Amino acid sequence: MTTDDALTGAGAREVSTGVPVTGADLVEHVEVRSGAYHDSVTLMQASRAVAGLAGIEGALIAMGTELNLDILRGMGFAMPSAGPNDLVVAVRAVDGAALTRGLDGLDAALSRPTATRSVGGASGADVPPRTTGSALRRTSASLALVSVPGRFAFAEAMDALEGGVSVLVFSDNVPVEQEVRLKQEAARRGLLVMGPDCGTAVVGGVGLGFANAVRPGPVGLVAASGTGAQQLLCLLDAAGVGVSACLGVGGRDLSAAVGGRSTLQAMAALDADPATELVVVVSKPPAKEVADAVAERAAAMRTPTLLALLGRGRPDLTTVAARAIATTGAAVPQWPEWPPSGRQPSPCPRSGALRGLFSGGTLCDEAMVIAAAELGPVASNIPLEPEWALPDDLRTTGHAMIDFGEDRLTAGRPHPMIDPSLRLERLAVEAGDPGTAVVLLDVVLGHGSHPDPAADLAPAIRAAREARRRGSPPGELAVVVSLCGTSSDPQRRDRQAEALAAAGAHVFASNAAAARHAVGLVRPASATGNPADRSAGSTS
Amino acid sequence: MTAGAPSLGLLTADPHVVTVGAGLFAEALAAQAVPVTPVEWRPPPPGTEEDLVRVVADPRRPEANRTAMERMLAAGAELVDVRPASEALGLEAGTFFHAGPPVTWERASGPLRGALMGAAVFEGLAESPAAAETLLAAGDGIVLDSCHHHRAVGPMAGVISASMWVFELRDPGSDARAYCSLNEGLGKVLRYGAYGQDVIDRLRWMSAVLGPLLRSAVLAHGPIDVKAIVAQMLQMGDEGHNRNRAGTLMLLREVLPSLIDCDAAAKDVAEVVRFVAGNDHFFLNLAMPACKLATDAARDVPGSTVVVAMARNGTDFGIQVSGTGDRWFTGPALVPEGLYLGDYGPEDANPDIGDSAITETAGIGGFAMAAAPAIVRFVGGEVPDALAATGSMYEITLAEHPVFQVPILDFRGTPTGIDVTRVVRTGILPSINTGMAGRVPGTGQVGAGLVTPPEQVFPAALAALAEASPPVGPG
Repeated sequence: MTTDDALTGAGAREVSTGVPVTGADLVEHVEVRSGAYHDSVTLMQASRAVAGLAGIEGALIAMGTELNLDILRGMGFAMPSAGPNDLVVAVRAVDGAALTRGLDGLDAALSRPTATRSVGGASGADVPPRTTGSALRRTSASLALVSVPGRFAFAEAMDALEGGVSVLVFSDNVPVEQEVRLKQEAARRGLLVMGPDCGTAVVGGVGLGFANAVRPGPVGLVAASGTGAQQLLCLLDAAGVGVSACLGVGGRDLSAAVGGRSTLQAMAALDADPATELVVVVSKPPAKEVADAVAERAAAMRTPTLLALLGRGRPDLTTVAARAIATTGAAVPQWPEWPPSGRQPSPCPRSGALRGLFSGGTLCDEAMVIAAAELGPVASNIPLEPEWALPDDLRTTGHAMIDFGEDRLTAGRPHPMIDPSLRLERLAVEAGDPGTAVVLLDVVLGHGSHPDPAADLAPAIRAAREARRRGSPPGELAVVVSLCGTSSDPQRRDRQAEALAAAGAHVFASNAAAARHAVGLVRPASATGNPADRSAGSTS
Repeated sequence: MTAGAPSLGLLTADPHVVTVGAGLFAEALAAQAVPVTPVEWRPPPPGTEEDLVRVVADPRRPEANRTAMERMLAAGAELVDVRPASEALGLEAGTFFHAGPPVTWERASGPLRGALMGAAVFEGLAESPAAAETLLAAGDGIVLDSCHHHRAVGPMAGVISASMWVFELRDPGSDARAYCSLNEGLGKVLRYGAYGQDVIDRLRWMSAVLGPLLRSAVLAHGPIDVKAIVAQMLQMGDEGHNRNRAGTLMLLREVLPSLIDCDAAAKDVAEVVRFVAGNDHFFLNLAMPACKLATDAARDVPGSTVVVAMARNGTDFGIQVSGTGDRWFTGPALVPEGLYLGDYGPEDANPDIGDSAITETAGIGGFAMAAAPAIVRFVGGEVPDALAATGSMYEITLAEHPVFQVPILDFRGTPTGIDVTRVVRTGILPSINTGMAGRVPGTGQVGAGLVTPPEQVFPAALAALAEASPPVGPG
């Protein structure tokens, strides 16, 4: 076996390195690597590459055939004991540093990164990657985004972590013990799991999932809620304040079982990020011990940190946004608002029910908190109190707010941010219900959302209000829209707002402001049997 | 818990996203001019999700697989001796080793029964094939066992009996051994279930002349590096399972001087040379034990999901996995799909048989089909099929072989180390490049084609791995 393209064995034997060469100010490295195979062309190219590096006086990288050993001897190197199946590495350099560079250059020349291998053609026969792991072996990615059904998400997410990248897990219905295992693995590797059930992130200037187009800036968000994050992104943008990153952590991260692992990891990452000057953590109130851990981390951060733990009796998202803006030194603006345009008189407050039809759970929550404080019980499929739960048919006679993005309503159908049909149906129902005085809707723009929500919604609003104006049934229907979007979003926020206002809606950029306005339009009823009275004594 | 550099890398790296799942995410990213690599994902078979999670979550798995693969890839293979099986394997009269997972006479298919009958006559345990059949069916004093249980492998029926001579291979790094019978040639031979007098006579000559002469040559020459021959033959159009021509010639080149030089009658030397040179598959019986040395080295690493054996007995197809010890996971052997010789057709073919799938298990054979375009037509395909066959195997394996490389793929290493979890996740089954035996004993080869293990063996192995894994927790 004397071809120089042969090999065998295992391991490397270093013969000598860093050896000063007498009579000259040089150092030498001679090494025999058995178990290393490279074809002769690769070896010639490697030799040439190493020999061309600064500070390298001579290099021979070749199989140990008699011919090559003769050449080696002729170059004056110390002779190793090598056979034709061994790879001989001989490098002569001006000093140790140059020698190290030479050997690093050799490793680079000999390694064959699969990232440069094309998938198609003769190098891989056009077989697309079938797992996240396979895709990551072919390409140097910065992130993986997993949206397979929840019971299959674990293996793909673990592939990402083992492949050395952080992962956004959009999938929901991932069992909690799998979430914990993923987050523990991520922590071990210094990576981040955004999710499960994370629909929103902005990383490296890129919107992932449902995210708004925002400018780069000093605020870093850590969000356990997608639409909560989106509302903040949009309000910050309205004030001209940009975002360094928005890291989603998934809806369950701050539970006792998960312990806020991703939240803490994300906070630390933003703390270490030079571009982030203010960190805002957004979530519903977490389990106590988790809240304590988050507060402790916040206190230890070098970067100023705002904890926005939403809920009853706590600041709303608009207040949080204002605080954040002020902290960066920017001016808190008048939040954009688009009253109904044209010759339509503004609706007057009158008695009747307030019905909220939401696509974002956090936005629905925020509106309910604001409404319940003034109006008493608000029925819902995500009720603030268990006894305020809506029946399965989602019908009631009093105030109600429905989260159409909730699991039961999205089983087997697209999310309401993509497909408006369910909400439009309900809008028509509310229009036909004489007891309904105000309909409150959120419209969430940005990447991933419906490309032109106003195209469907404006005609529906116009038709609903028109029907009421004609008296079937009687009583004006006021429509209030909380429009969550930025002027850079693909849907073009201002055009959406104008179309909705032209249809008769009163549009607000601030969800809290929209909710307050809607509440103001509904006068609490007198004792008429209106369910709003039922627990008048228990309003907060 | 501190954020290491990678989390920071997340924030500052140039975005390039791998997406798996709903296409709209890849579209939304493309709309932002972000490079996207979408995964062509399919769900695994129903009922495997929980086992998959448990095995993927096993904290031992990455390191265990790394260890198993290091050992598999580093194992060497030298031919060091040729000896009677009675010495080398301790085979006693009445005991027969066979290919594939353990099987009984009752369940054995035609070619295996025929081979056992022929071997019984060869050993002098029965006067005739009919008497042998009666003896084997009765079972008194007869022991059947898998070659694999004795560090051996055998092609097709793979029957090894006491008087047969076997190659002895050694891994110089660990001193481990593997054995294989000597290849009889093509046509009506024992391994295809033939048991006629010509078969017996040939076996006798192989034990009396071929074995001893090869032994003298090997001992005189010194150990022959079989792994190095495999590396070279892959670059000469062989893949090590269905095509071994270059390997056979390189072996012959090695032993010829010592053969000529040893103190044997020139006539015998000539017959040996003629025999080896005339059998393009002779080297198969060296490639196989070389692969067995590699896969055996990867055995018994707790938590490892690497397949260490794929073998068929003509009735069942069995796999063994590093993390589950000696357990076999079996299912019905399938009939290969490919081309038939002469007038033969699918009804003539026996289900898949032989230990030769050890070649695919070690990263050659069907996995190296891209190196052997000449064979692809023989199995009914075209050249792009050969490239695609190797290409898809990368999806289910853990490593690219540092030594076995495919020139047309830019010298990329062959896909090596089948991972049970990846097979289940992708639904891609290992592709085996094989000859087809005739169902009727003694027919010989009826064709060649591609075959896979029966699907169910991988979920079965996965379930066993899951049982042996810790419950899913923070770890």
